[in-house]
Amino acid sequence: MAENNRAVLKLKEKFAASIIDVAEFRGEVTVTVAKDAIIEILSFLKQSLQFNQLTDLTAVDYLGKKEDRFMMVYQLLSIPNKDRLRIKTPVSEAACSIPTATQVWLTANWLEREVYDLFGITFDKHPDLRRILLSEDWVGHPLRKDYPLQGPDREPYKGRLS
Amino acid sequence: MGVDNPLGDNVITTSLDLLVNWSRKSSIWPMTFGLACCAIEMMAAGAAHNDLDRFGIIFRASPRQSDCIIIAGTVTKKMLPVIQTVYEQMPEPKWVIAMGACACSGGIFDTYSVVQGIDQALPVDVYIPGCPPRPEALLFGLMKLQDKIMTERNSFGSSIGLGERYIPEAA
Repeated sequence: MAENNRAVLKLKEKFAASIIDVAEFRGEVTVTVAKDAIIEILSFLKQSLQFNQLTDLTAVDYLGKKEDRFMMVYQLLSIPNKDRLRIKTPVSEAACSIPTATQVWLTANWLEREVYDLFGITFDKHPDLRRILLSEDWVGHPLRKDYPLQGPDREPYKGRLS
Repeated sequence: MGVDNPLGDNVITTSLDLLVNWSRKSSIWPMTFGLACCAIEMMAAGAAHNDLDRFGIIFRASPRQSDCIIIAGTVTKKMLPVIQTVYEQMPEPKWVIAMGACACSGGIFDTYSVVQGIDQALPVDVYIPGCPPRPEALLFGLMKLQDKIMTERNSFGSSIGLGERYIPEAA
């Protein structure tokens, strides 16, 4: 199924060395690629395969579950081909940065600021990498799994009857 | 009657406190400041069916013209400096109503981004529980505030430099 996807075939042809995994679940195709080639692959998808809209860009924290802690997720839409594709790339905690996708889709600007704000992943060459949701003097990145839910300055909740 | 009444019915005697408090409680002008779903109930309380206007409660668009702020909703840490600025812009005397579970205690939002009760930042006069409180509850809270205003002593004298304003502790 996923192997016959037009975009997957082209990607396998051109970036065979960078593709880590191809998966399909309920008609949604996901391609996991290496971080080094991410901008080349995204540019190729936009220029040659007409994925002209980045519908969302986000990250996942797999603290303690995977070798590379973070996973960047790019949700792409090709309006002319009526096709969707999800690109994922692992980002390790030690090298917690990735090249910015603003050079491909301008809409990545604020989406990457949100990921920076809540996960602390930095985006190289981003034009305006500031916090977007939290106040500018905020310490920490709340969507990281090791961030205390009730904030660092409060006693953690231990159950209703504690 | 055995009492001389040379001025007819044109003069009444009362205390200055009673007169000042009565006029203040009859013209509570709240700041228009809605934060979440409680603001919808606050609007319903102000609209025709419940009609806050009949108490002289008229929502004002400027803190400079207000003497009461109803914290109607969830206060996030990012919004808190804005509320504090608005509160500081209001002229004295001023009162604060914490409307709803979020403004009273943080409510269901027991998280890093939400202020756990507006009383951490502002001096609250009336707490109204509920999620959100019905317009009747807000009306009752405002009437409680009116009762509280009526117990104040020397608030006029203190404003012209004579003595201190005295507010009895709630019973």
